[in-house]
Amino acid sequence: MHTFEFTRAESAAAAMKAASQAKTAQQGADIRFVAGGTTLIDLMKLNVETPSRLIDINRLTLDKIEDTPDGGLKIGGMARNSDLAHHPRVLRDYPVLSQAILSGASAQIRNMATTAGNLLQRTRCVYFRDTAMPCNKREPGTGCPAITGSNRMLAILGTSDHCIATNPSDMCVAMAALEATIHIQGVKGERSVPIGDFHLLPGTTPHRETVLEPGDLITYVTLPPPKAGNKQVYLKLRDRASYEFALASAAVVMNVSGGNVSYVRIALGGVGTKPWRSREAEAALAGKPANEANFRKAAEAALHDAKPQSENKFKIELAKRCLVHTLQSAAKG
Amino acid sequence: MPEDSQSNPLKPSRRHFLVATGTAAAAGVVSSYLLAQAETVADSTAVLEQEKVEGAVPIVLRINGEERKLSVDPRTTLLDCIRESVVLTGTKKGCDHGQCGACTVHVNGRRVVSCLSLALMHDGEEITTIEGLGTPEALHPMQAAFLACDGYQCGYCTSGQIMSAVALLKEPCGPEDAAVKELMSGNICRCGAYANIVQAIQQVRKSS
Repeated sequence: MHTFEFTRAESAAAAMKAASQAKTAQQGADIRFVAGGTTLIDLMKLNVETPSRLIDINRLTLDKIEDTPDGGLKIGGMARNSDLAHHPRVLRDYPVLSQAILSGASAQIRNMATTAGNLLQRTRCVYFRDTAMPCNKREPGTGCPAITGSNRMLAILGTSDHCIATNPSDMCVAMAALEATIHIQGVKGERSVPIGDFHLLPGTTPHRETVLEPGDLITYVTLPPPKAGNKQVYLKLRDRASYEFALASAAVVMNVSGGNVSYVRIALGGVGTKPWRSREAEAALAGKPANEANFRKAAEAALHDAKPQSENKFKIELAKRCLVHTLQSAAKG
Repeated sequence: MPEDSQSNPLKPSRRHFLVATGTAAAAGVVSSYLLAQAETVADSTAVLEQEKVEGAVPIVLRINGEERKLSVDPRTTLLDCIRESVVLTGTKKGCDHGQCGACTVHVNGRRVVSCLSLALMHDGEEITTIEGLGTPEALHPMQAAFLACDGYQCGYCTSGQIMSAVALLKEPCGPEDAAVKELMSGNICRCGAYANIVQAIQQVRKSS
């Protein structure tokens, strides 16, 4: 591990001021916030992340989970994944979020990892994690060996000629289906970004993973008020029964009234370069009878633009069946 | 009651033997170092002073109820700090990347993997390791259950398994074996003692 200077931020303002001197935004930057450490310390040991300065933000009081005046939920950026997954409001009103979080990582890691940290979780692409290999995300311009190499776990949606790395988060997939909003404090003030706009597609700049700028601190995430009658389900398919990243996953928030789909939000995990909201699948289902034929049509729409890699063509059918099964579970309630 | 091998020089424990021979080997290195430096450095204290790590930062950890004032390189993980600085070697290093659970300890009562955390992030916090759970004379019920159920073979993952299992008792967990397996999935056992580990945990849950 490279040497670094370690400081502890006593206030959000101090943290932002210190981090604003960074040359680039959070991920891969020379000045990094450290919260749970479960991604960052791992990558620092591999010399994939080599910050010269770490700012410990664990003492900032950003870990609260509280009701918003409109009946939604405000989740502090430092709220630990386990606390969020077991929070009574989340269990009652946003069960898809609890299911998604509990399907990821291990109990120990969920006790450490934070909400904001999970939003910034980095890919598990083996080439990204190995500094002996080229990687456009880690070292822009060096190439992407995954495209012709080991890519079974990698993305089939949102890829580019420069990067096919999968976003590994489960939490973000549920938050995409719940239409969460990310609240950011930066040196220029506060702003809020819908989760769909927070992560960036790789395009020609796979090293840019989010809209964060140097000094930006994710202070909290809000969820809109739950809609009465909505059923929520998260389903994750993987190589092992537990403690494994998704090959394909689906988060569904759906309301069926009079046999027809009156409301539906769909997001996929394990298949996209970012948490994959599928408006195509939602449009295919809206107003239609909630039956298997229409669920299959929605799944076809969701994967219509999928581009398989040499080792993961199976993911297309797997993701479709994953979504159909999740929609069936949600329809049954 | 087993004899305390640590206090009986005629019957050294395996660990006592390793620590003693390790110290002797290290002393050998230091002696030759001292000889090489003899002309320029008069006393050994000066040599030890020189060996202090540059950039080390002072911290205080409360480990198993005892306050430990330490000076650590910022890169030191909580795991390495516990094993190398505090010399509590019950906590094991397996993968060192948060994937095996061998390094599981409790921080402020919650289980974490100590390899993915820096020691400096825990200044002033309460750390519990396997050494803080029970003693050979008065085992923690989970330690006793692992013994009774034969919940290990080589034993390398065992302290991590037990630290996880003890934390699990206070976490939301359904009554069935499947729920225990799910919550223990962050602790890998290369020998495959899983069935007996689940049995040990269920035994403690049912009796408490």
